[in-house]
Amino acid sequence: MTLITHPSRHPATLIAALLGAAALGPFSAHAADTSAAAQLERWQVQAAAPGSVERGKALFTSKHGGDLSCASCHGTPPTSQGRHASTGKVIEALAPAFNPLRFTDTAKVDKWFARNCKDVLARECTALEKADVLAYLANLKP
Amino acid sequence: MKRRCNALLAVLALIVPMAWADGVPVPRQALPSYAQECGSCHMAFAPAMLPAPSWQRIMNGLGRHYGTDASLDPGSAQKIGAWLQANAGTYKRVREEPPQDRMTQSNWFLRKHREVAPDVFRRASIKSAANCTACHGGADQGNFSEHAVRIPK
Repeated sequence: MTLITHPSRHPATLIAALLGAAALGPFSAHAADTSAAAQLERWQVQAAAPGSVERGKALFTSKHGGDLSCASCHGTPPTSQGRHASTGKVIEALAPAFNPLRFTDTAKVDKWFARNCKDVLARECTALEKADVLAYLANLKP
Repeated sequence: MKRRCNALLAVLALIVPMAWADGVPVPRQALPSYAQECGSCHMAFAPAMLPAPSWQRIMNGLGRHYGTDASLDPGSAQKIGAWLQANAGTYKRVREEPPQDRMTQSNWFLRKHREVAPDVFRRASIKSAANCTACHGGADQGNFSEHAVRIPK
């Protein structure tokens, strides 16, 4: 009887439509207005200092007083699929050489840095920290 | 017995959606930003799974969203919030506002999952009761059929 009494049974059409949108999402909704190299440059200019692969790796893989590191969801190294630490949802590879869609949308970059830095560091990241992370990620090659 | 059961289900499948049609507003149009913004960390749950006041509280508290920061730009938040309000669950079962606005704490959810031990939900392959697709392979297509349930080890 689960089949007919579950409340989520009837919005099947809606969910199918949502799925369709999700499948198209990364390709249709995000204009490729930037690149990983451009984002590295952007943060280096703001920080007035070059990003460091070593510092970026340390920031990415360590915890900062909380339960999570960047790597908790993105993996170590973030060159293949990760999993959301609490929901288990698959997160596609973060390193740009392993996922060409990464760092191609400025608004998305800003949104996720803001959210995830608050989750991991309980504050926003500085421009230098973002430059470091970009330097680390851009340095990961197949 | 199985055949009779299937026949019964087939008949019900024809009747039931009609009976629900006026009780559950299904959005004429999906909102792509909902799937994009809300579906990146978890399944894009159907709006009908929670009542409007629950969605409103969730949208007002995205900065502290079940342990993570899910904040949105004001434009997207407004648009998604309005869409959720317009499409929230209104029929009897979902009218109840579950504790902490968690659909997994709704009476209907607990009743449906009472045979599933709490430690099953905590398995590494499942992680949380909110991970519908872990066991309901077709959940993101709206298929919660008991026959399709596969509980991962």
